[in-house]
Amino acid sequence: MTALDIPRLRIDRERIIPWLQEYGVYIGVAALLVFNIVFTPHFLSLENFRTQAVQVTPVLILSLGMALVIATGGIDLSVGSVMALAAAMISLYLGYGPVVAILVALVAGAAAGAVNGALVAFAGVQAIVATLAMMIGGRGLSLVLLPQLEGIRNPGIRELGAGSVLGVPYLVWISVALIALVVFIVRRTTFGRQIVAIGGNRRASELSGLPVQRTLLAVYVLCGLFAAIAGVLATARLQASDPNSLGVLIELSAITAVVVGGTPLQGGRVRVAGTVAGAVLMQLLVSTLIKHDLPPSWTQIAQTVVIIAAVYVARERGKK
Amino acid sequence: MTATAAQGGADEAASILRTRGLTKRFPGVLALDEVDFELSHGEVHALVGENGAGKSTLIKVLTGVYAPDGGQVRYQGEDVRFDTPLRAQQAGISTIYQEVNLIPLLSVARNLFLGREPRRFGLIDFPRMHREAATILRDYGVEVDVTRPLQGLSMGARQMVALARAVMAEARVVIMDEPTSSLEPREVETLFSVIDTLRERKITVVYVSHRLDELYRICDRVTVLREGRVVHTGAMADLERLRLISLMLGRDMEQIERQGSTTFGGPHQARAEEPVLVADDLNARQQLHGVSLAIHPGEVLGLGGLLGSGRTETARAIAGALPLESGRITVAGVPLRRRSTAAAIRAGISMLPEDRKSEGIIPELSVRENIALAAMPRMSRFGLVSERRIDRVVDVFVRRLRIKAAGTRQKVAELSGGNQQKVLLARWLALNPTVLLLDEPTRGIDVGAKAEVQRLVDELAAEGLGVMLISSDVEELIEGADRVVVLKDGAVVGELTGDEVSEGGLMSAIADAGADIDPPEAGAAETSPATLPPTGTAATSADGTVTTGEDTADTRATAGAGKGPAREEGR
Repeated sequence: MTALDIPRLRIDRERIIPWLQEYGVYIGVAALLVFNIVFTPHFLSLENFRTQAVQVTPVLILSLGMALVIATGGIDLSVGSVMALAAAMISLYLGYGPVVAILVALVAGAAAGAVNGALVAFAGVQAIVATLAMMIGGRGLSLVLLPQLEGIRNPGIRELGAGSVLGVPYLVWISVALIALVVFIVRRTTFGRQIVAIGGNRRASELSGLPVQRTLLAVYVLCGLFAAIAGVLATARLQASDPNSLGVLIELSAITAVVVGGTPLQGGRVRVAGTVAGAVLMQLLVSTLIKHDLPPSWTQIAQTVVIIAAVYVARERGKK
Repeated sequence: MTATAAQGGADEAASILRTRGLTKRFPGVLALDEVDFELSHGEVHALVGENGAGKSTLIKVLTGVYAPDGGQVRYQGEDVRFDTPLRAQQAGISTIYQEVNLIPLLSVARNLFLGREPRRFGLIDFPRMHREAATILRDYGVEVDVTRPLQGLSMGARQMVALARAVMAEARVVIMDEPTSSLEPREVETLFSVIDTLRERKITVVYVSHRLDELYRICDRVTVLREGRVVHTGAMADLERLRLISLMLGRDMEQIERQGSTTFGGPHQARAEEPVLVADDLNARQQLHGVSLAIHPGEVLGLGGLLGSGRTETARAIAGALPLESGRITVAGVPLRRRSTAAAIRAGISMLPEDRKSEGIIPELSVRENIALAAMPRMSRFGLVSERRIDRVVDVFVRRLRIKAAGTRQKVAELSGGNQQKVLLARWLALNPTVLLLDEPTRGIDVGAKAEVQRLVDELAAEGLGVMLISSDVEELIEGADRVVVLKDGAVVGELTGDEVSEGGLMSAIADAGADIDPPEAGAAETSPATLPPTGTAATSADGTVTTGEDTADTRATAGAGKGPAREEGR
């Protein structure tokens, strides 16, 4: 009996693990949805979905940029600080009108990304070190620029944060557009193919004549730009610039979303849909626990469990 | 030697390990089919076969990595079944893998003694450990500071440390998987003398290699696998070279005899046009000293020389992957201004790099993406990829090069070595180059794929491409090239044309140059036993062109040159 059972179990395991790698994140999202529909009062309301979608926006946008960086085999720890930098810029330049303020914020984000990218691509600094420096320096710079929380009363910015078209908030439209943009980059452009190739084997990419340094620079600029967009949107929603606490530790949520979504940390592969699902999964997890009145410490523990599960499933891939 | 135990001898006392009807299945493949394999005490046993013949599966079953699906293994007279590699190791079966499994950051001595450190008052007795480590390693030709981290050692020296470690662990059977693939010539000599010592100590060695010359030189017996079955086992000396190749390939003997063991045709019709590539006075710090050469359309130019003579560096310099201090490169009359891989590719230079794994394939990507990689900019418009154009190009090359894959969307990492190499060739050919630089195009791929690659080189030359061929396989170089430029220590020391293109000619060109040039680069010197004269070692090796294995110490340049023709007679 047992002798017969053991091989069967093994075969199942061999099939289940790759399957989980592909679809685990969607199962997680589905399971949380089902759980909430059954156990959480008023979960199935339009208002609730709107709230969830708005709340997931910053992490979602960050994780899109992060997914591209991770696909090259890098990482960007500075995204939270870049958000704060963007917030500070909005406050400082709001006098010139909301459009100018937002543009300056985006340029600042891209510039921070360019510094990261130059350090990684040209100076050969390890991504984790280069972006750690930016994480600390960026936060410091934004606090110098704007030492404390400052409310924003500009109607344009308010509208961006709270308004909606066709019943869907601007924030959600913007994230959908950015998702589409990243899908397009990955699927249809040579730039997208080069990102994955560089992550898969940098030396081979160089010998094949790929513009490796330029591509790396562009990826970090894009990630910085996405972080600035997230910072602008978060500021608009809060209706306040808060360089002190905006985006603190959010880089970890973004990285988690990417990894849970099936993009390996060593690079060479990117899964945009998985990343989106990963961000949604983390959001649903947090809101579920909050709605059931569990303390924040539980949220952290639950996130830990998800991360370990994701890494465990990913680990099996390395073996095969 | 071990002739008594040969030919299925049931002499239990003489055999240390024996398998009967060993079978291993993978989904869709019968990797081992009723394999009977026998090892005698103290013999060096060659295990050969094409890629996918079942060599690595057999090794993995013997060492406890895989569990067999059927059959039995008798080891030292008892039926055994190893659940884990550790068990096999404890029982005395050690494997030295290509990628040596040691810890780079620990000191050499600690790596050697890991898990068995001499202790004193419960602490590691470092002075004693260092002393003993130095003594032990000296026997293996490794004279280094044993307190330094292992990562400072050359690949060859590391392999020796792994070997020493295995022998210290009282291994009865040592399995070496392609041990010489990353070794310098003189390190190969050291390895061979170590294997001789192992033989004297009655330790059995299983030697897996694609290099036939090495097998004939060092092995007593041979087992040939094909498609998971044992097709021959017997004394190495009784098996003719051509017969061995035909056994591995499953091709008939006369066919090979007619064609030679490579599939190259006769000389190519080099066209009397302007050279398609001219490299003039290339200089790179400590690597190249004034290398000049020209390749004509329709010609295969061979680069001769030993490992470390600057062949790979020359190819890299031309392809823009090695920074030059000075030098001019002209492609079809147009000088190359900017020096980068992208500029070289635009000018029409394609280079197949030497190291397929680390510089060639992108393992996670599909066959299709790997082929399209370099040509992507040409197959796209405004940065947008055209799937249709990619499919068209990929289909053409998959068919032309007969790439065997489950589909063009299969991950390239899942293909065999030969097919991976074909994918890389397709990547470069998709660029429609005018000059093709091939650095070791057939290294580590199975005999069938090798034949196809060689045939392809012929075809490409016939189509008017300028081809540069680098190969450690002298036979391949001689039969494939129309002209050979010989390098030594980063400089051109001779050129062979017409009838001079022969093994003897190449050997003497290298040997003559060796007589008046100082010992080559110092990088490998630390692993060379003091007894071996540096110039001499270099001259013998040429990757095992010397087939007579009676005296490893006699490696003077003259001897090396003399043995070239001797080998011709032997065939």
